[in-house]
Amino acid sequence: MSANNSNSMGTTYIVYGVILAIAVIQVVVAMTMGPSIGRMLILAVIQAYLAVMFFMHLRDEKATLRLALIPGTLFVLVMLNMIWADSFRLISMKPFVK
Amino acid sequence: MSEGNLTMGHGAGVMEESPFSIPSSKLVMWLFIISDACTFGAVLMAYGYIRNSAADWPLVFESASIWNALLMTFILVSSSLTVLFAVKAAKADDRQAAFRWTMITAAGGILFALLHIREWMTLIGEGVRPFQNPWGAPMFGATFFSVTGLHMAHVVGGVVALIVVGSGYKAGRYASKHIEIWALYWHFVDLVWMFVVPLIYLLNMKR
Repeated sequence: MSANNSNSMGTTYIVYGVILAIAVIQVVVAMTMGPSIGRMLILAVIQAYLAVMFFMHLRDEKATLRLALIPGTLFVLVMLNMIWADSFRLISMKPFVK
Repeated sequence: MSEGNLTMGHGAGVMEESPFSIPSSKLVMWLFIISDACTFGAVLMAYGYIRNSAADWPLVFESASIWNALLMTFILVSSSLTVLFAVKAAKADDRQAAFRWTMITAAGGILFALLHIREWMTLIGEGVRPFQNPWGAPMFGATFFSVTGLHMAHVVGGVVALIVVGSGYKAGRYASKHIEIWALYWHFVDLVWMFVVPLIYLLNMKR
């Protein structure tokens, strides 16, 4: 939290409520429409964005800090996705079926 | 540059201002958090890889487990709120209130860990082991215990850190920035759980 913290506790309570509401929506959506990975991840990313920006107060920090932290982390997390091609290759070989 | 400036502790007065305008200890916590985010990302990807490549992945979580996970979410997100109260009190130099809120946060973490252990014991009682289970792909247990175990280790570590820093702040050994830095860590633990619930619990829900 920087000295020029612009967050009021009112905003914090709203973010707290929204994060919990999304958690409930996630469960309801999973139970009624089925737990699609896309839907689940979109809701989780919204929760994570709110937590990072409002609870961890990254939005109140200098832009240089946001630039130093966010793009590099997202790059690594995106590059990890290169494993999926091999994972799909394995399913077509059905390696765990006797 | 005067000699007086050069002799100041840690080069203060000689060095440029930090481009991020935050204390170095807070920057270190941010760097730890992004590296830990990549660790959790890799562990969750490994889980996804194994799940995707298994033909008979078991869907085991009944609604009781899902509601339990939702309760755990409520506790963890609420503890993120209480740690914010601790930071606010610490910034106002109210040591008693900061200590009280830090301990309430730690209690939330302990409650979360107990609920999680109960979930583990239920699964172990049903025959789930790291490399076998009664339902299907044997690696289910390994991935479940790895992901949730790594997260629970972070929760337990956070609880210990909060108790140490909260008590130390009350006794005057630590400054308010230490409460703030460990609050950052605690929010990160909360953030990881936001991905564990949908990916581990909801995707493996019984249909």
